[in-house]
Amino acid sequence: MLVLIPLLPFVGFLINALVGRRLSKRVSGAVACVAMFGAFLVSAGVVWSLLQMPSGDRGVVQHVFTWFVSGEFEAPFTLRLDPLGAIMVLVVSGIGFLIHVYSTAYMHEETDAEFARYFSYLNLFAAFMLVLVLGANFPVMFVGWEGVGLCSYLLIGFWFTKTSAADAGKKAFIVNRIGDFGFLLGMFLVWTTFGSLDFQIVAHRAGQMPVEIGFGVISLATLLLFVGATGKSAQIPLYVWLPDAMEGPTPVSALIHAATMVTAGVYMIGRNAVLFGLAPDTLAIVAGVGVATALMAGTIGLVQNDIKRVLAYSTVSQLGLMFVAMGVGAFAAGIFHLYTHAFFKALLFLGSGAVIHALAGEQDIRKMGGLKHELPITYWTFLIGSLAIAGVPLLSGFFSKDEILWKTFSGGHTVVWFVAAVASLLTAIYMFRLVILTFHGDRRASATSPADAGHGHAAAGGHHHVGEGSHLHDAPAPMAFALIVLAIGSVLAGYIGVPAALGGSNHIEHFLDPSFAAPGLAEAGEGGHHDHGAELTLMAVSSGAAFAGIGIAVYFFLRNRSLSDRLATRFAGVHRLLLHKYYVDEFYDAAVVQPIRSVSERGLWRVVDAGIVDGAVNGAGLVVSGWGAILRRLQTGSLRAYALSILVGAVVILGYFVWR
Amino acid sequence: MVPLGHYLVVSGILFALGTAGVFLRRNVITVLLSIEIMLNAVNLSFIAFGRTLGTVDGQIIMFFVVTVAAAEAAVGLALVIALFRHRESLNPDLFTSLKW
Repeated sequence: MLVLIPLLPFVGFLINALVGRRLSKRVSGAVACVAMFGAFLVSAGVVWSLLQMPSGDRGVVQHVFTWFVSGEFEAPFTLRLDPLGAIMVLVVSGIGFLIHVYSTAYMHEETDAEFARYFSYLNLFAAFMLVLVLGANFPVMFVGWEGVGLCSYLLIGFWFTKTSAADAGKKAFIVNRIGDFGFLLGMFLVWTTFGSLDFQIVAHRAGQMPVEIGFGVISLATLLLFVGATGKSAQIPLYVWLPDAMEGPTPVSALIHAATMVTAGVYMIGRNAVLFGLAPDTLAIVAGVGVATALMAGTIGLVQNDIKRVLAYSTVSQLGLMFVAMGVGAFAAGIFHLYTHAFFKALLFLGSGAVIHALAGEQDIRKMGGLKHELPITYWTFLIGSLAIAGVPLLSGFFSKDEILWKTFSGGHTVVWFVAAVASLLTAIYMFRLVILTFHGDRRASATSPADAGHGHAAAGGHHHVGEGSHLHDAPAPMAFALIVLAIGSVLAGYIGVPAALGGSNHIEHFLDPSFAAPGLAEAGEGGHHDHGAELTLMAVSSGAAFAGIGIAVYFFLRNRSLSDRLATRFAGVHRLLLHKYYVDEFYDAAVVQPIRSVSERGLWRVVDAGIVDGAVNGAGLVVSGWGAILRRLQTGSLRAYALSILVGAVVILGYFVWR
Repeated sequence: MVPLGHYLVVSGILFALGTAGVFLRRNVITVLLSIEIMLNAVNLSFIAFGRTLGTVDGQIIMFFVVTVAAAEAAVGLALVIALFRHRESLNPDLFTSLKW
């Protein structure tokens, strides 16, 4: 049963990849959507059966086949669904399905063949992502891990005739390779330490070990795994690929670069929670990196002008918060935020896609404004998503973000808590800057009428002509459907994790806890009675921060535009620093790319390749032809000389036998 | 009875004469004749050995050699005729195209 979950999208991929160019858009889109919906239904069914099992012992295992055996090393292709996997599977297949539906309208401008290519990649991505989530051991997870990286590359570079898109794809792939290398090394270290790569067995054996004091082998292994996570989940120092990945189609950004793939690193740490729990040094690094990333990306997001890039930095920042949760040992809180984030970030990306669609490919928010009345569905759903991500009370983001902040604070990490709180204040500011600049005020560019553009018209039904003389179309039906469902999700998703302080019982945490404990050693992981008063105070602080952020954004960008401009010129240095993203790309270029380039060119190419390799090959040829030039003197063509050599040879041989 | 050594001396002299002919004469036909002399020198020593040892092996080998020599002469003379038609000469030093 479990194998059907990744298999259905894979079949969809095969159909669209093999015969897609002969299918109409309607058929290839339907194939992809049905495959995803099937995967979602199967997932829901399996998760339902999981819920019927006694808590603490929930798990569905399917051994599909033995992948390879080498000596004592065995890699079975086994899938396992546990509470953690259940959340992930539902997020991936459910939100994946919505984004597939949305894409059928968004990608409608493409030719039949391109349309099918797009959906084949998208289905392949979903298949690999589900393998990643369901894999019961490191090698199977790694298959999915690499597979989603491949699909990410293919989809970022979907419009590969555009140089920037092709370059962005390569950048994503190469940066991810660095992380994957760390992941592989970590995997080897886990194998040599624990003698198994099955998550449950590793967790079981790790559970019998004491917490590591100082920096030992487990710390090293987990740190290497975390390097893999920084690559896939866009954390410092490997986050640079994610903003560039916005070159891909917007639904791809929503699915891969916001909701699912980039959370794989967080998921991986959650999957190995017992292991990471043994390495406090690594956890401290995880939390530090997470909070630094959250702050850095948040500040960059304040000044970016590309609608998708703001969202990309927001994603990086939110992923940083998830890593903070992981780093302070609040695994359930991190996964909870992952789950709510998938809703509202997918919603925001899809909303931005609807804006871009309506404005014929325009992405610069300086040229937008005043779209509130023309794109009502997009506006309202986008607003809900922004409220949710800002952490406004009673929306999903509030519950999950507060859970992280509270766990950080109560764990005694006051500095981390403070920086994370600042980062979430920044979240509110940049999100509402985006909302205001995009939807409020007046249109700042009127040249973008869809009539003369390549991307504006949506052929599907559901046009909303709001306002006479306006040529802008609000989201067509499939897009509107996805937006509305996700908006509902963004509001309600948090209610499975209402904290005890607000009278809830935090179902999700109890549901997830068995996944983070060593099997067989499941203890009551409840932190005891914590102080509800303190938690409520913190909640008030962070909701205050959310409202303050919104207020600041409204004041600066709606009420008093000139003030923000004056501030920008007043602190021109800071502004430029943020606008250029702290010059990290330039730094990497100077520190890594150019040295590699010059070493490759001067050393590897001119010396090793042209000198040594070519030299050896040409040298072999020269030696042969040189000896040939000498030896061919023997071939005189004179009959007598040949006869003489036969005679001499015969005499020598006879002489040898006679005088031996 | 003539001792074996005498036969061998005669055989050796004939072989040396044949060899000298092969290397010194500038006519292909003479070279072929010299090869025949060398073959017959060998035949002589075979028969001498066979008689001394009291077996017929030497004679049997001799018959084979004679047969092969006849075939060789036929092929060799045919080649000589073909060469002469092309080069109007029988000097082996002119046939030097058998090289790189």
